[in-house]
Amino acid sequence: MTATSLTAPTKGTTVSVVELQNVSRWYGNVVAVNDISMSLQPGVTGLLGPNGAGKTTVLHMMAGFLSPSRGSVTIDGSPTWRNPGIYRHLGLVAEREAVHGFLTAREFVTACAKMQKLPDPAAAAARALAMVEMTDAQDRRIETFSKGMRQRTRVAGALVHEPRVLLLDEPFNGMDPRQRMHMMQLLHTLGEQGHTILFSSHILEEVEQLSGLVQVIVAGRLAASGDYRRIRRLMTNRPHVFAVQSSDDRRLAVALIAEKSVSGVEIETTGLTVRASDYGSFTRALPRIALGEGIRLRKLLPSDESLESVFSYLLEA
Amino acid sequence: MSTVAYITARGLLGRRRVLLLLPLPVLLVGLALICRAYDVPARQWGQPVVVGLGLAVMLPVIALIVGTAVLGSEVDDGTIVHILTKPLPRRDIIFAKLLVAAGVTTVTTAVPLFITGVLADSVRFGLALVAGAAVGALAYTALFLLLSLLTRRPVLLGLVYILVWEGLLGRFMTGTRVLSIQQYVIAITDKLAPTDMMAGKVSIPVAIVMSIVFAFGGTLYAINRLGSFSMAGETS
Repeated sequence: MTATSLTAPTKGTTVSVVELQNVSRWYGNVVAVNDISMSLQPGVTGLLGPNGAGKTTVLHMMAGFLSPSRGSVTIDGSPTWRNPGIYRHLGLVAEREAVHGFLTAREFVTACAKMQKLPDPAAAAARALAMVEMTDAQDRRIETFSKGMRQRTRVAGALVHEPRVLLLDEPFNGMDPRQRMHMMQLLHTLGEQGHTILFSSHILEEVEQLSGLVQVIVAGRLAASGDYRRIRRLMTNRPHVFAVQSSDDRRLAVALIAEKSVSGVEIETTGLTVRASDYGSFTRALPRIALGEGIRLRKLLPSDESLESVFSYLLEA
Repeated sequence: MSTVAYITARGLLGRRRVLLLLPLPVLLVGLALICRAYDVPARQWGQPVVVGLGLAVMLPVIALIVGTAVLGSEVDDGTIVHILTKPLPRRDIIFAKLLVAAGVTTVTTAVPLFITGVLADSVRFGLALVAGAAVGALAYTALFLLLSLLTRRPVLLGLVYILVWEGLLGRFMTGTRVLSIQQYVIAITDKLAPTDMMAGKVSIPVAIVMSIVFAFGGTLYAINRLGSFSMAGETS
């Protein structure tokens, strides 16, 4: 079975919104999370930040395992702290990989289904195990599993009740590239079906592949929120870098340097590297200039719109 | 609740830890059998074996091993998260854990105590020890289960309670006996089957009321603590 066998949360239910309002969390004198407000909508969102930024603290507060020192954390308006009822619609894959090793994968996921009081726990467990491709190993004890297999079993346990909200803390740890790809596909499908999924990661490539939406936490504060390409465009104090190839790079460079929105042009063997101070003005001006000069544009690529650039800019800010 | 109890029982009885429960009962019954085999009068060995070993050591130590294992080991290794992320009232989780802990402790201690009681005196004395062990198992496991939610070193604190509070202070400071589960067990057993082996140092009403206070108070506080269970971030 593949990810296509999943059920959309809209079947008889509504989509869920996770909301943090002015949330702070401190431990003694140490402020782990500082006045964060965010709203997670259906779809996949990446929670990004360097180690120690406060990602896990935020996830734990969302999952009802930490009380905010100030502010409120709610799922569909219900507080998550001291409210076990939220777990009917919430699944959590925590960073710690401990699972009851003396159980088989099938026993573990079935137990999860029973504790969720599902009408047919065995069928739900079989479905969840198939989702994460663990059917073949389902009758082996979890303590004999590799790290990646344990991780997938935990994901099956968290997905068995088809939660509307799924929180995952570093979910790709220990997975090999194929399993990672499959997990990404699974999360992507769940997101498309209307589940609200938040996963934390410090590996930018993972977040970039899985989601355009990010919540970036730096030193306990929310540094940026939204589509990372859009975030990049809003960073007007940093020139945007474009890779341009044309039929006559030298003539295009001369024409571009006269353009107000262009702050610098480098001629390289593979084409031009253009630094533009204003994203919108430059992208509108370039075709006009090329047309006026009779130059044919072959390639135009924003070369610093990767999540890595956005992230490093945010860290430097 | 039954699934939580099932996982708890599998975790408790399916590991090597269960072997820790065997030596003390075997020692208790073994000593009693040896004394009987050599026709040593029960008034000479009954008190040190039944009370000194059975009630003062075996019962609380087994309750400590079991009571801290049913929840404490899951808290330590993080597997408790899989149970807590379910829409189960925390009350049900604590009841299931307590049921398994008190049940296993009762069975493990009541059987050897019954045999020893019969060898030392009579069937009635054996049954009284079973009743005392059941009450003690419930009160002790409720206390130790609570300790596993209050501290990261529940076994150490439990040993301090058994050895220092009950074992040492209980001998010299009469006031401490009011908070000694061992004294409640002795008082209840002695009431049900009076012998010269037992010398109850607290009254029956105190023993009954305080056993209830330990069992219910510990359980209610544990439910409240589990409701506020926090997970510290490893990377935050």
